[in-house]
Amino acid sequence: MAKESSFKNMVIVLGLICLICSALLALVYGVTEDPIADALVAKTNDAISKVLPEYDNMPGEESSVVEVNGKKYVVYTAKKGENVTGYAIESNAAGFGGEIKLMVGFDAASGEIYNVYVISHNETPGLGAKIGDNSPNNFKEQFRGFNPAEKVLRVHQEGGDVDAITASTITSKAFTSAVSTAYDVFITLKGDDADAVTSATSAKTNIGGGNNE
Amino acid sequence: MEYVLIIISAIFVNNIVLSQFLGICPFLGVSKKVSTAVGMSAAVTFVMALATCVTYLLQYYVLVPLGIEFLQTVSFILVIAGLVQMVEIILKKISPSLYQALGIFLPLITTNCGVLGVALMVVQKQFGFGGEAAHFFNLGQSVVFATASAIGFGLAITLFSGIREQLELSDVPKPFRGVPIALITAGIMAMAFMGFSGIV
Amino acid sequence: MSKLRIITNGIIKENPTFALVLGMCPTLGTTTSALNGFGMGVATMFVLFMSNIVISAVARFIPNKVRIPSYIVIISTFVTIVQLLMQAYLPSLYETLGLFIPLIVVNCIVLGRAEAFANKNSVLDSACDGLGIGLGFTLSLTVIGLVREILGNGSAFGLKFITGDGVLAFVLAPGAFIVLGYLMVLFNKFVAKKE
Repeated sequence: MAKESSFKNMVIVLGLICLICSALLALVYGVTEDPIADALVAKTNDAISKVLPEYDNMPGEESSVVEVNGKKYVVYTAKKGENVTGYAIESNAAGFGGEIKLMVGFDAASGEIYNVYVISHNETPGLGAKIGDNSPNNFKEQFRGFNPAEKVLRVHQEGGDVDAITASTITSKAFTSAVSTAYDVFITLKGDDADAVTSATSAKTNIGGGNNE
Repeated sequence: MEYVLIIISAIFVNNIVLSQFLGICPFLGVSKKVSTAVGMSAAVTFVMALATCVTYLLQYYVLVPLGIEFLQTVSFILVIAGLVQMVEIILKKISPSLYQALGIFLPLITTNCGVLGVALMVVQKQFGFGGEAAHFFNLGQSVVFATASAIGFGLAITLFSGIREQLELSDVPKPFRGVPIALITAGIMAMAFMGFSGIV
Repeated sequence: MSKLRIITNGIIKENPTFALVLGMCPTLGTTTSALNGFGMGVATMFVLFMSNIVISAVARFIPNKVRIPSYIVIISTFVTIVQLLMQAYLPSLYETLGLFIPLIVVNCIVLGRAEAFANKNSVLDSACDGLGIGLGFTLSLTVIGLVREILGNGSAFGLKFITGDGVLAFVLAPGAFIVLGYLMVLFNKFVAKKE
């Protein structure tokens, strides 16, 4: 093949390069597909384990989908023996810089929030990003043991019982509203609204038949 | 109302140059004179809106149905490069005067990471305002977002070129001359733009 | 030029950030901490190294007029490989760097080296050049990240040495511009002068 820029040459060379490159990419994609899926599952399991009280089943594999106000939420159920000990609920809200994704865990017996884990966020470093902080006295610490039945899940400025992060009211409001959505899901779950609950066996996208519990 | 929020947020709050760091190369390179800065921003606006529209359709009607999302980066950049060439040829034919004004900026746009960045952003990121549930943009919102981002780019580069024209006349210490003083100026501008945060 | 000269050339004399002033977007966007800057630098170095090798090997067969599109396809292939590998094995770093990983494609350094060096030099020389420029880029990004982290967060490589916050502005957007600006001044004053 010469370096001439004839039409035939150009088409052949460019076509060949595209073909080889896409083949190579398909190969790498094939190799990394499983590890990527595993990494996602590991992340979800990690989040679940941080927000749930004691359990001896695999909540990551006992997911169900609950519909509240026309939106679908994924719920992971924790059990100890036959008793349901808690629920981990995936919830989201739009924050200051994009989506805030949370895993909110509830204690099934008391209805208290057991813990909240930030799955992903896009907030400003040093300000709104403090929602993901793990240092002592952080923002999300106040949600531990918070009972939404007794206190109001809204920031102080709106007459609630949540202390907002200084200079990050929008982020704090979004975080609180995501937690409050998760609570709505929890209430739906606790109620006898069994029709809204469909359980899925393993993958969260795979909505199977049959009622939960 | 939603469109107004998208526009304000893309131009001022999340300005692609001063808060997202996209398109810095032309921002530093083509900002020595106000007139070239204006030409560049017009060309960018045009290409960005068009490219986002095309890549949006490509993503949802070709890549996703075929399950080959991993070719996203490759196909997007090829589409953008092809599009820029096509715009250049068409402009030359139908509007020589516009071509004269924008022509020299078009080849530079392929490597403007703002164009690819915005195209990727509308299909990767989820958006939403003030506590509502986040969601992906539809086609109309994507194009509005792209156009507004490009206007934000235009605003930043035009203001900046005005400042740089003044800087040319002042006595800057030698090690600061050129890019360093431009960067420090941009930093102060970015600080001013931070004042917009929180309005959406 | 000896191989070593080519490598050191990229680190100081043709340092992509401070001397050539190329690839500014990731330089500013990903240097919120030393580790992020380092991660971005290594990702770019990999792409630069691989694309330099492949392009110098195939440049002879590519007709002149489709040169740029061919290079872009080759570069974006390696970028996607990095993207997939990171998603699989370093998911948290991938999330932090986000959009800037696919944007390596339009990083002027990579295409610039393909045009200016790889297409007229041997495979081995191009590999050294990719390595050198990549190291220079990684070094610059790590230094910028380190300075911003120390000033803005009071920590270095994630290890906190003061309690409380630093000067937040340095982690935010304005700090990126200002730190890079002043570092460039220092580079001009002390390093470039020795030439």
